[in-house]
Amino acid sequence: MTFPVTTCPVTIRIQQDDFDIAREIAVLTGSRTDIGAVVSFSGICRGDEDSAKIAALSLEHYPGMAEEEIRRHADEATSRWPLNGVTVIHRVGRFMPGQNIVLVLTASQHRQAAFQAAEFLMDYLKTNAPFWKKEESATGTGWVEAQTRDDEAAARWTRP
Amino acid sequence: MKVKYFAWVRERVGKAEETIEPPATVRTVEELIAWLSGQSEAYAYAFEKPKVIRAAIDHAHVKSDAMIAGAREIAFFPPMTGG
Repeated sequence: MTFPVTTCPVTIRIQQDDFDIAREIAVLTGSRTDIGAVVSFSGICRGDEDSAKIAALSLEHYPGMAEEEIRRHADEATSRWPLNGVTVIHRVGRFMPGQNIVLVLTASQHRQAAFQAAEFLMDYLKTNAPFWKKEESATGTGWVEAQTRDDEAAARWTRP
Repeated sequence: MKVKYFAWVRERVGKAEETIEPPATVRTVEELIAWLSGQSEAYAYAFEKPKVIRAAIDHAHVKSDAMIAGAREIAFFPPMTGG
């Protein structure tokens, strides 16, 4: 089965369960032969932050708005780059170092669009999607502070 | 209107959501923050640095000068740290 070039299914999920990257790529590409590139980004819970050990990370979100905000950016990505598919899965709950937090998949005919769209989506996820991280460490529990470097990363995609 | 709070704003206010009826003189997000801050110590603490607080009306990000008339749901939260 072949698809027209404009077919770009967008899948957005917020879930507690882990995801299987290979399976998600297989779902995205299926039996299509118009896809020449899939970029996969996984965000993983780190075991340390500025040399302080992290015991666990909790993620809270704004149900409803989180999905809508991710969809707005996925739609913008599909209007800016010739994409053939987008998958964004963001987990919520409590995570230990090494566990998956977020998955972004972008599919395109050529790699440039897939790389750029994946980076665009991650930069906006960091700064605009309503999720908040709380860190647990030996010294206590605290909300993670937003990073200026993340705002700068998102700002470079702003169009005049 | 319904108001929701997230992350440390929720912890400081002491609740996740509530229904409020601010007076008609409260027209913008900024004015709503000021009005809430006057309600109790908990709100004053949550909104002690109003410039840091982000707001959304009906699931869309808004600036502090946004009008609140007609809003079904307003949310207040710290800068986001997902991804």
